[in-house]
Amino acid sequence: MNSVVKAAAYTLVYAPDMIIHNGSTQTTERIVNPSSEYLTKIPAHLRSFEDNVAYAPNQTYIGNMTPDELAKIEMPWYNKKVEGANRFGKFGEIMPQDEFLILLQICDVFDLVKLEKNFVERTRPNFEKHPLMGEDIISKIKPGVEIAEIENFVNNEHSEGLYHNHELVGYVKRAHDVDPSLTAHIIHENLVSKATSVLSLLHLVKNSGLEKSEIDYVIDCSEEACGDMNQRGGGNFGKAAAEIAGLTHATGCDIRGFCAAPTHALINAASLVKAGTFKNVIVTAGGSTAKLGMNGKDHIKKDMPVLEDNLGGFAVLVSANDGVSPEINTDIVGRHLVGTGSSPQAVTSSLVSEPLERAGLKITDVCKFSVEMQNPDVTKPAGAGNVPEANYKMIGALAVKMGAIEKTELAAFPEKHGMVGWAPVQGHIPSGVPYVGFAREDILAGKVKKAMIIGKGSLFLGRMTNLFDGVSFIMQPNSGAIASNAGVSEEEIKTMIAKAMKDFAKSLLAE
Amino acid sequence: MDLENQKRVKDFADNYGAENLVVIIGAAEGEAAGLAAETVTAGDPTFAGPLTGVQLGLKVYHVCEEEVKSEVNEELYEEQIGMMEMVLDIDDIAKEMKAMRDEFCKYL
Repeated sequence: MNSVVKAAAYTLVYAPDMIIHNGSTQTTERIVNPSSEYLTKIPAHLRSFEDNVAYAPNQTYIGNMTPDELAKIEMPWYNKKVEGANRFGKFGEIMPQDEFLILLQICDVFDLVKLEKNFVERTRPNFEKHPLMGEDIISKIKPGVEIAEIENFVNNEHSEGLYHNHELVGYVKRAHDVDPSLTAHIIHENLVSKATSVLSLLHLVKNSGLEKSEIDYVIDCSEEACGDMNQRGGGNFGKAAAEIAGLTHATGCDIRGFCAAPTHALINAASLVKAGTFKNVIVTAGGSTAKLGMNGKDHIKKDMPVLEDNLGGFAVLVSANDGVSPEINTDIVGRHLVGTGSSPQAVTSSLVSEPLERAGLKITDVCKFSVEMQNPDVTKPAGAGNVPEANYKMIGALAVKMGAIEKTELAAFPEKHGMVGWAPVQGHIPSGVPYVGFAREDILAGKVKKAMIIGKGSLFLGRMTNLFDGVSFIMQPNSGAIASNAGVSEEEIKTMIAKAMKDFAKSLLAE
Repeated sequence: MDLENQKRVKDFADNYGAENLVVIIGAAEGEAAGLAAETVTAGDPTFAGPLTGVQLGLKVYHVCEEEVKSEVNEELYEEQIGMMEMVLDIDDIAKEMKAMRDEFCKYL
């Protein structure tokens, strides 16, 4: 029996100071051109938290708006505000930077993160009000240190500074004096990934209605690597995040594959559950500091705010079939093979038409395709075009080639079978997975019959292969098998009849 | 153009002679294709890579231009490129490419 998507969570963290201090475009610029005009201009181009929350793509990501509602707003979106926007949504939340720094400290179990004591005092009351932060988490907040200590560690001890409103409020210590895999930079990057994953896990557990103790396995599919110089990518972000989130009955592992990793991980999770190995498997990923402000130069050149000011996170719960939730159909899995080739046509065929044909289906049998759902508000001004739209055009052209639609229908294909992009440009975060939460709702509401989730990854970046990569799967309505058949066994029927006869006998005696 | 690719193009030109090279571009938009063509003919317009100030003047075409298409087996071309041909604005791409070749190519 197919496993199901039981719940999904999507979270964002507003991190404007991390753009300046941790985004790779900015850190590279600081090395190559320390007196750069670009760097001096950034502070004037940062959005406020309120503007970040009122940004329509962000409201869509956390579930307060649907992709259809977003599509009705004319682009560009950055200069329009959503009325009555809320920090919290049905899928998750947008956490402000100061609260996130507290969460970062909580996620550090090696005493590597220190925050300034006044900052902790100021921020702690807000953090304590957070609906999902229980005593187990709040009790991990440390009192904080003097600013002199922070300045000393940042200036003299190779520590990474933590900033809020352009003010130094803490540091991340290096975890070893000479090990290049445990520098303060890497520890910071990894702890941010872990903390954003933890935030998503907490929302997911709430959204699922399950007890934390019911989660069996957690798969992390982010793009970071943790380990020391002897095992640089040793890993297990999955288990580390599960520990902080209080999932005491879970173990876990990491799956990597660049932007294709979330879809690889969901297929793995669905198979583990379908095989009966585990009942409840979470796929989770945290965000990436390196990608903050990646297109900042172009945004500032066009006098826009630096739009990549959010860390992204998500978590999806894959569970044993409950007779209701949408299924992951592991019989229709697309995959880019070693021998597939890297032309866009070969890639799209292997992920879209080949698995559908194998199942006797046409491209038009899929209502919605979830591709690389990057927010075009971010990518278009940077010359990278509208990524989801380009993907839909390719799938549409393939449909023409396969004879599923006429060439005259090609122009309407993206709108009919696609969506506008709303996800932050954080590599793995926008890849296929942003629609899983909405797909669950659309399928439950009967609006969508089949959705295809596609993940693609650029493996060449790791310099181990020039091969492209990608996988895809189908989400579909629950076949309702449990409700109709498997729900009542012969044994149970016998018990029910026996009980009814006993009750009848009792009523006779009473008379 | 990616800095690593600029380095490779420059190495090829040094090793095999600029007159013996043809660069095939696969960019999805006219502007991006034109920038890549400019880089291997007039030099890196962003002044960031190894081709900054290096005017190689190489022959350069987009894979969807007629000059390349007519050189390739029809069936193979249809199989590998046919879908993208439908998606891309080939007239715009060809216009950008031709403008760069006409102005900067040394080997036509």
